[in-house]
Amino acid sequence: MKFTLSWLKDHLDTGATLDQITEKLTALGLEVEGIHDRSKELAPFHVAYVVSAEKHPDADKLRVLMVDTGTKTLQVVCGAPNARAGMKGVFAAEGAYIPGSDITLKKGVIRGVESNGMMCSKRELKLSDEHDGIIELPDDAPVGASFADYAGLNDPVIDINLTPDRADCAGVRGIARDLAAAGLGTLKPQTEGRLDATPVAGSFPSPIGVTIEAPDACPLYVGRTIRGVRNGPSPQWMQDKLTAIGLRPISALVDITNYITFDLSRPLHVFDADKVKGGIVVRMAREGETLAALNGKEYALDPAMTVIADHERAEALAGIVGGEPSGCTESTTTLFLEAAIFDTVRTAQTGRRLGVESDARYRLERGVDPAAVVSGVERATRLILEICGGEASELVIAGSEPQWRRTLTLRPGRVKTLGGVDLDQDRQIRILTDLGFTIESEDDNGSLHVGVPSWRADVHGEADLVEEVLRVHGFDAIPATPLPRETVLTRPALTLKQRRVAQARRTLAARGLSEAVTWSFLASPVAALFGATNEGLRLVNPISSDLDVMRPSVLPNLIQAAGRNADRGYADVRLFEVGAAFRSPTPDGQDTVAAGIRAGAAVPRHWSEKARAVDLYDAKADALAVLEAAGAPTANLQATTDAPGWYHPGRSGVLRLGPTVMARFGEIHPSVLDTLGVKGPVVGFEVLLDAVPLPKKKGGTAKPMVQLSAFQPVERDFAFVVGQEVEADKILRAVKSADKALVKDVAVFDVYQGPGVGEGRKSVAVSVTYQPTTATLTDEAIEAVGQKVVAAVIKATGGNLRT
Amino acid sequence: MLDALKDELLSLVNAAADLPALDEVRVNALGKKGRITGFMKELGGLSPEERKERGQALNALKDEIAAALDARKADLASAHMKARLEAERLDITLPVRPEAEGRIHPITQTMDEMVAIFAEMGFAVAEGPDIEDDFHNFTALNFPPGHPARDMHDTFYLPDNGDKKMLLRTHTSPVQVRTMLNQKPPIRIIAPGRTYRSDYDMTHTPMFHQIEGLVIDEATNMGHLKGCLVEFCRAFFDVDDLPLRFRPSFFPFTEPSAEVDIGCSRKGGELKLGNYGDWLEILGCGMVHPNVLEACGIDSTKYQGFAFGMGVERVAMLKYGIPDLRTFFEADLRWLKHYGFVPLDIPNIAQGLTR
Repeated sequence: MKFTLSWLKDHLDTGATLDQITEKLTALGLEVEGIHDRSKELAPFHVAYVVSAEKHPDADKLRVLMVDTGTKTLQVVCGAPNARAGMKGVFAAEGAYIPGSDITLKKGVIRGVESNGMMCSKRELKLSDEHDGIIELPDDAPVGASFADYAGLNDPVIDINLTPDRADCAGVRGIARDLAAAGLGTLKPQTEGRLDATPVAGSFPSPIGVTIEAPDACPLYVGRTIRGVRNGPSPQWMQDKLTAIGLRPISALVDITNYITFDLSRPLHVFDADKVKGGIVVRMAREGETLAALNGKEYALDPAMTVIADHERAEALAGIVGGEPSGCTESTTTLFLEAAIFDTVRTAQTGRRLGVESDARYRLERGVDPAAVVSGVERATRLILEICGGEASELVIAGSEPQWRRTLTLRPGRVKTLGGVDLDQDRQIRILTDLGFTIESEDDNGSLHVGVPSWRADVHGEADLVEEVLRVHGFDAIPATPLPRETVLTRPALTLKQRRVAQARRTLAARGLSEAVTWSFLASPVAALFGATNEGLRLVNPISSDLDVMRPSVLPNLIQAAGRNADRGYADVRLFEVGAAFRSPTPDGQDTVAAGIRAGAAVPRHWSEKARAVDLYDAKADALAVLEAAGAPTANLQATTDAPGWYHPGRSGVLRLGPTVMARFGEIHPSVLDTLGVKGPVVGFEVLLDAVPLPKKKGGTAKPMVQLSAFQPVERDFAFVVGQEVEADKILRAVKSADKALVKDVAVFDVYQGPGVGEGRKSVAVSVTYQPTTATLTDEAIEAVGQKVVAAVIKATGGNLRT
Repeated sequence: MLDALKDELLSLVNAAADLPALDEVRVNALGKKGRITGFMKELGGLSPEERKERGQALNALKDEIAAALDARKADLASAHMKARLEAERLDITLPVRPEAEGRIHPITQTMDEMVAIFAEMGFAVAEGPDIEDDFHNFTALNFPPGHPARDMHDTFYLPDNGDKKMLLRTHTSPVQVRTMLNQKPPIRIIAPGRTYRSDYDMTHTPMFHQIEGLVIDEATNMGHLKGCLVEFCRAFFDVDDLPLRFRPSFFPFTEPSAEVDIGCSRKGGELKLGNYGDWLEILGCGMVHPNVLEACGIDSTKYQGFAFGMGVERVAMLKYGIPDLRTFFEADLRWLKHYGFVPLDIPNIAQGLTR
């Protein structure tokens, strides 16, 4: 919402400065977004007279001017082709900041001649792009006068960011009312001059009648015919106001409607009465109906949209935009003036669906003052008669003023108990009445019954009244009070589950992976590679086709990020993300997943180590580390080979506890990488953090007693030759099960395939640790447990001890 | 005669070139069949006086030779060690084995910092789903259907689920609703999380993060809201005298509503936070609207409180001088290494939040 300072002063009698006004506006909740104060910017520029102009002795294109600035005569070197003796222009002395060229003038010597200032072009003053010569002013321009004052450029433009609730402040008068209530002046009455809204007596019945066929969409429509008008340009004062806020003056009739729209937040429309066939009908649009609008566009309408029609066709989109055929032109002599109330929701929806932004829609969808429809028409009538002449008909009023009167209760202590500031009741009453509220009565207990003014549709309850009082009194005056502590020591903010998520992040970062945060959505063909099937997760209005479906897995974004990093020359990528993967569009249809990828070299080329590419065991280690950090019983997990289709079928696995899948890991399927255009191998993992069981609630924080044996552990190595297909896990489990009391640990230290073990077979060497707890192991005991180990492995695998 | 033996043995000791040679000397002198041992054996055939005198002399010789052997042994061991160390010399200027360095994303770090501060004020962390329905995201928060405020949120929609309009939450405020529906006052929560709006340009991304705060009890008023946010902002930005400005504003779910600015300076194109006279908007807040309380089954005549919400990326950019919002989501390793945090840098009040 834009307006100028002088426009505001049409309504507000005030001695406040621009700074005081803008500061107060922001404090009132009418946030000032910008002030374009051209008088400030143009302060250094004054009207000056060129006494003489001689050719520069040392430059063909320069002239040496003697300039009368009103206080003295100065020598100025000037390059403008139109600089000549006897002209008047705009002068800036040394020290002036030139906004159009972003320089500060210094006294200079140009080719040996001293120059004490500058004659300016329009571009240098940022008035236009014109730079062909210096500004030429009429002969009667007073030398020494401020250029801004002289040129009428001294009216600062204030731009406020209007919140959607404050429909009343979409008009200058509403803003003036707020400022007056805040003590920055008094509101002028609407009884004289430009503000005069006293009724005009109609001298004839309006030949155009109004029928409302859609009373829900339009409860009240007020109109009037005015004949014998001459539609020329509007007066300068009106053009200046409109131009200052960025509106193009069109003709007196159109300018008057725009002026009232901004002045009172009262949109109006004028039809050329001669082009209206029959009478005005407010109805819903018909299927297939179209409107050629005043903005040059053609709109296809439907029955959810309200139109103002004549007896032939739709002539305007109610509250949004008028139609071209019935619009006023220079040749209009009879007009029909419209002011109405339209349903805010329909107005907003129609505007949104058709993509029409207009000053009328902006106001009507927020809600206009239902009690000011007639006065708006009267004020416009007076302006039309004054500017365009003519004769006004009686008013045509269809429908009735919607019910807006309501009374709210404000308890005496509420400003303190809700707002936190102690304010005596007289002050509260004063603020409310200055804003137009009425005090209807007062209870025995001091509660006020407050009548809400017609223009404040946003005020519905006691809390709103408290806000009105507080914002006029000033939010600054609310004392900041520490939030009282509920307990002496605060309790943990995170639940165990939340802490696990935090631990997963820090664990992965500690393992050398960097944390990424990527979009929750991705391209549907990519999602399909990662198991997306739920159509309920496809966005109805995606921002682009690349981001059109919720991600079924965190991996694809990370894999693609690996590709982008490789393209930039960083092929060794370690990334993880902890976030949601989506199964279904329900509150419990999203899983918290810790996923990561590794690509390129696991061990880069280095003088001390053998280089190695990433492999599935890197991903498995990551997955296990996350699970460990999340409190999963990693020692009891089984690894199975049924990872989903986006993994390499022979180089991937699932970590599970019975039927519960806790993690997946492995090489990413080469064809998935091909489709994504990423060079492999890439390994990845996904840990389903929600699947990790929470510990059973047990009393106390004590850990189980540790058993530290006093006896020497013994380590023995075995090598088994087994079928190639036998998984190491089978051997390890068999070893452990051979003597659960004695076998403490078992590790695979070699896997060999090749000559000596036979075709289709492999040798797996394990190192087994026995830990006695009651006595040192004797050779016989060691021998006996060894035999049990061998027997158990042979039984489980069908293999044999390598000899 | 013993003197001659002594001289001979000592010269042998000193001539021994290494430990095996020295041991040979020892065996020769002191071993079972050694020469000193041999003389010892002869003592039995002597008279008591002679035996005493000779025995003393032999013992002295034995001790002297043993001491010489030990000394020589120490010399040899030391020389041996010296030679070994010389042979084992390595180039200490060679670079160490590579160790991968991971980083925590600034969004995570910033949220952890916020959680650490609000935890001190008694807030617990609450969470909710990214995919919401119209009720939790709008209706319960006092956005009437068709209200222009719904327009302010460029909402991403999903296909309707039965009679429910499904969408991606446009703010973290639905977590307020879920919390109030499930929990009796007093309530003190913060809700960090992902939010979505259909907007993509220099300063907007279709996904971003918010943190929401909610306090509901019988007595919390706007003064407490100010107190809470002043404490938070000063602790978070680590500026003790950081001024805050509360401006009346509008949100459907709060009444009164305010936007909060923090003090800054933009002189010379550089943004500095502090008491410099200029202002920068960072968050929205207000007293929870009675309609919201009622929609969530809380008696608005008994309970009241405040809510606030702020953009995580925005405050992270301010605090850490990150210039471009869009870079947060690009997973560029160079960016992560530069703006990310080392994993053990876990924010907590005891250790301080700012490195």
